[in-house]
Amino acid sequence: MVQAMVMERSLPAATPSASAAPADAVGGSRIGFENVSVTYGSLTVLQSLTLTVNPGEIVALIGPSGSGKTTALRAVAGFVRPSSGRIMIGDRDVTNLAPYDRKIGMVVQNYALFPHMRVEENVAFGLRAHGASEAVVRARVPECLAMVGMGAYAKRYPRELSGGQQQRIAIARALANKPQVLLLDEPLSALDAQIRRSMLDELAKLHRDLPALTVLYVTHDQTEALTLANHIGIMRDGRLKAFGGAQSLFRNPPNRFAAEFLGRANLLPVNDLQPAGEGRVSVRFGATVLKARNHHRLAKGSDCLLCVRPHDFKLGSSRPDANRLSGVVRSVQWQGDVHNVVVEVAGECIRLSSAPMREPPEPGASLDVHFDPADVTVVPEDGADG
Amino acid sequence: MADAAIAGVPASRPRLDSFWVVPPLLILAALFFYPLSLIVREALGGNEAFTLSHFSEVLSSRRFLDGLYNTIIIATCATAGCIVLGFVLSLVIAFVPFRGAKSVARLIDTFIALPTFLVTLAFTFIYGSAGLLNVSLIRLFGFDLPPVDFLYSQWGVILAETTVYTPFVMRPLLATFSQIDQAQIEVASSLGAKPLRIIRQIILPAALPALVAGGSLCLLLTVNEFGIVLFIGAKDVITLPMLIYSKAIQEFDYTTACVIAVVNVALSLSLYTLYRLIIAHFGGNRAGVV
Repeated sequence: MVQAMVMERSLPAATPSASAAPADAVGGSRIGFENVSVTYGSLTVLQSLTLTVNPGEIVALIGPSGSGKTTALRAVAGFVRPSSGRIMIGDRDVTNLAPYDRKIGMVVQNYALFPHMRVEENVAFGLRAHGASEAVVRARVPECLAMVGMGAYAKRYPRELSGGQQQRIAIARALANKPQVLLLDEPLSALDAQIRRSMLDELAKLHRDLPALTVLYVTHDQTEALTLANHIGIMRDGRLKAFGGAQSLFRNPPNRFAAEFLGRANLLPVNDLQPAGEGRVSVRFGATVLKARNHHRLAKGSDCLLCVRPHDFKLGSSRPDANRLSGVVRSVQWQGDVHNVVVEVAGECIRLSSAPMREPPEPGASLDVHFDPADVTVVPEDGADG
Repeated sequence: MADAAIAGVPASRPRLDSFWVVPPLLILAALFFYPLSLIVREALGGNEAFTLSHFSEVLSSRRFLDGLYNTIIIATCATAGCIVLGFVLSLVIAFVPFRGAKSVARLIDTFIALPTFLVTLAFTFIYGSAGLLNVSLIRLFGFDLPPVDFLYSQWGVILAETTVYTPFVMRPLLATFSQIDQAQIEVASSLGAKPLRIIRQIILPAALPALVAGGSLCLLLTVNEFGIVLFIGAKDVITLPMLIYSKAIQEFDYTTACVIAVVNVALSLSLYTLYRLIIAHFGGNRAGVV
């Protein structure tokens, strides 16, 4: 069972105003998947998912297409009925509740604004659906629009707005009811790179402003997940392959898939794991002995993988206790603020990222690289699920 | 040099293009405008001096007014029926997941190709005096007379026309429904909207242009409907096309028939203009909305 660590957070009251939503919906609420499976005929698209998103947390589900991440989110929204298991929002079992009874907010990739309604009518839609009085609507709509910086656009139609502006309106609309949980289904995927970065900052700010809001965020973009999420779940083939704190998962991926999917790690096949003191282990990579952390407490003598992030490799002179490798440069690629170099070492190609170099190495040249044992960890080869 | 050559080509084009408009115009003139002009000429006095006296005589007659009233009532009620039934059936086909929904949609396309009298004939077999329903009720309850007796009335015509023309509303509606973003419906639901609110506030506005266009087409077709009314044979249901038929074929009163025909054509053209205006309104001004 994978469960998010409980985060100790202060939960200040949400933005003060009269609301159509019931009092218990004002604060954030826990989302719980309890052994949830979803099947379509003989095809299982989500398999025994157990996961908790604690109040006020952002949990990102990432994974390749068809991994089941969107199915999990849609199951919380009520658009997919689990074939087994329970879904909890707060203390309520919502597994068999209709979507309109779940008190959720939802933002989707293509915004899904109602094209025949003005911005203010879009934002007011949920309030009116919950039977809010016009006085409440008049108070809450400008408040929500101001929250996303769109106060001046209330009278416009969605077609008169850019993609980023439409997504802001979609967020304001989702928050108008002060939902218990907010479900974000690849909300930035339809935006271009520059607007996506800016929206990412705004989503982070929004969550700072509404710290009680519980968010389940589905994306295939690891940058979004690492930027926003407290915890990240990595999915593949309908299963949760890894789950943990964003930084912890990045530094100590529990298996090959997690290491490769989150941060494109170099995974060097190593063997003969031996204790090396101070919580470190030594492993053999070809003829070279390397040191690393053993976060997953792998057994002595085991074969495993050494996980080295591309930016953890350094060029030039090294400290005496650093791991050192020598190889031949295979390719060099300049990407403006970074140089990506592929080096062949003992028959393995490793990728390293470096700050822009004035004189980058030429392909075919010999190159010495080193990395700190504190930055790398050994990962089980068999890919035990996290 | 090359520029001059290219520039020279379009100059000779318009003359050739203009030529191709002549054959269809000639065919239209021979098959449509000429007969129509003969009808108008007959209505305005024929070979005698130009006069509007036939118009004032016919337009003030009780029979014509009844016919016009019946035509408008039947067309309006049948169109309303088509819109309501078409909308509900299209909603079910498009949004209620059931096996065979696509086949049903295709069947509706086929239905449009069937002759109108076939439905009327089926109605006679089901609801007629000796139809399935009446025979069953008489056997079950021992009635002396057929208890269901609406088929040979105005309501029978309305029901038959509604059945025949509902697919004309459903076709554009189903096309529109297939283009509605499912995410809009899901988001509306997540915001707390129940199905009826979603239909009213999300689906209906998106479907309005198709609904109005389909409805207008139905109105146009039901105003001119002749076969169904004739086939049902309801004695008291006289519409304008039936009146033209009886005047021209049964009474040999061609002048009166032509006057009524001119009124019928004017009514149809007005409705057609309204239909085009509505299409232009939704297709142009609200193109970005729906």
